[in-house]
Amino acid sequence: MRFMVLMIPGDKQVEAGVLPDEKTIAAMMKYNEELAKAGVLLALDGLHPSSKGARIRFSGGKRTVTDGPFAEAREVIGGYWLWQVKSKEEAIEWASRCPALDGDVLELRQVYEMSDFGPEVEHQEAALAAEVGKRIEENKQRPAP
Amino acid sequence: MAAGPTHRAIEAVWKIESARLIAALARMVRDVGLAEELAQDALVAALEQWPESGVPDNPGAWLMATAKHRAIDLLRRGKLLERKHEELGYEVAAQLELAAPDLIAAIDDPVGDDLLRLVFISCHPVLSTEARIALTLRLLGGLTTEEIARAFLVPEATVAQRIVRAKRTLAAARVPFEVPRGDELAARLSSVLEVVYLVFNEGYSATAGDDWMRPALCEEALRLGRILAELAPREPEVHGLVALMEIQASRTRARIGLAGKPILLPDQDRARWDHLLIRRGLAALERAEKLGGGFGPYALQAAIAACHARARTPAETDWPRIAALYDALAQLAPSPVVELNRAVAISMAFGPAAGLALVEALASEPLLKDYHLLPGVRGDLLAKLGRFDEARAELERAAALARNARERELLLDRAAACARGLAPA
Repeated sequence: MRFMVLMIPGDKQVEAGVLPDEKTIAAMMKYNEELAKAGVLLALDGLHPSSKGARIRFSGGKRTVTDGPFAEAREVIGGYWLWQVKSKEEAIEWASRCPALDGDVLELRQVYEMSDFGPEVEHQEAALAAEVGKRIEENKQRPAP
Repeated sequence: MAAGPTHRAIEAVWKIESARLIAALARMVRDVGLAEELAQDALVAALEQWPESGVPDNPGAWLMATAKHRAIDLLRRGKLLERKHEELGYEVAAQLELAAPDLIAAIDDPVGDDLLRLVFISCHPVLSTEARIALTLRLLGGLTTEEIARAFLVPEATVAQRIVRAKRTLAAARVPFEVPRGDELAARLSSVLEVVYLVFNEGYSATAGDDWMRPALCEEALRLGRILAELAPREPEVHGLVALMEIQASRTRARIGLAGKPILLPDQDRARWDHLLIRRGLAALERAEKLGGGFGPYALQAAIAACHARARTPAETDWPRIAALYDALAQLAPSPVVELNRAVAISMAFGPAAGLALVEALASEPLLKDYHLLPGVRGDLLAKLGRFDEARAELERAAALARNARERELLLDRAAACARGLAPA
């Protein structure tokens, strides 16, 4: 199973665009290396402060664009990892080993995969896939696939 | 293992720590079987103590210290000597004492080498293929005997037997706990890669409705492959194998249709391919290429898979390049199956008649006598040439040879399509 691991920094300096000190960066790099060595790490990215981002709100059929920073938001995501693990407990164990700073929060969210939808949706999906396959075949108008 | 939050947490720690724990212990006691027993003892102790005391801050170090105490205890009571380790007993004792002060460092650092040694010993050629697979999943994947049995659809006792015998064989052959060097390395590495790819294929060939453990084998093989790529980053074929597995796994969602019917590559909805895995696969292939020395068999297969992965539609597929890659593969690792695939690639690049000529040449190949894909491919090529009668007969023959029920169905569908081709609506 896959987990998206969201890093919510506790230090507001991060939102101000201040990069962490060398020691913190080195510890995080070592941690990422450990994740890679264990075959767990699929992807990771750090995010710029929310001042460089924007929010698009949908309400009453209208879209409202607000530029960052998101002053009202208490929790702004600073980066994320994507992990492949065997269980939620394994993800928690890896997250617990993160050299996070005081006040940081890691949020684990399981990524939806086909098998999570149960057999019914899987069949619908499969039916759709079969339909697409059939169309392709019809379009080609050939007797053998 | 019993369910319950702490037990599940312990299982997770085991999944993360067991391989390096066993690897470090094996270096100390020079016996993989004993190392695993010691690690298991530590696990049992954790299961007894952690639900009360909570999971320690550094669970890996806790397990290591516990296993080592157990080893010293056995040694003091002369149990290790009884285990026919007379000649090693004293040396082992010295090793264990030496290891004591920098225990944490021992777990943290030269782990890579220990793990690599464990990989090579688990995939040692003195062992049968089945034994290598079982031992690798058990020692490196941290899978239980029950999980391995479910994945391979064999009784648990069979797997347990295989593992016990494998450990005995390794001990009897006095296989040293080391990474092979020089000429031996290439052969031993290919044995390791073979095991990982066999595990992958066992999961990949399983279809929907099967036990969930079978698809989980793909994930396990990918994990082993990714670990191996970190342990042996200068081996191009390791990256080649990882690339091949990542790209193949990227199609998992798209390759199974209604009621588990396989969907062939040209008919797959490419939007459903996993583009993260494709990106990872292409990156691994690039690493293999940058190491130089030309592509090995896995990298070549990965390069072929990459041609498909890069094509947004089947029509965009670079068939001449695929045909050239199959030419290279046929020279490096000649086999009738590769030859058959080469024939398909050539038919796609240069027309069905060119492919058919190659397939006809394989007709007398004894290794393909019962291989359903030979008449399967021949049938498809005949159909493309408008020879529907012959095509139908070939596809029906292929269906009769197919062992997988869903593949059989698919072949019969194609045979029926040929019948329709004969009688235009």
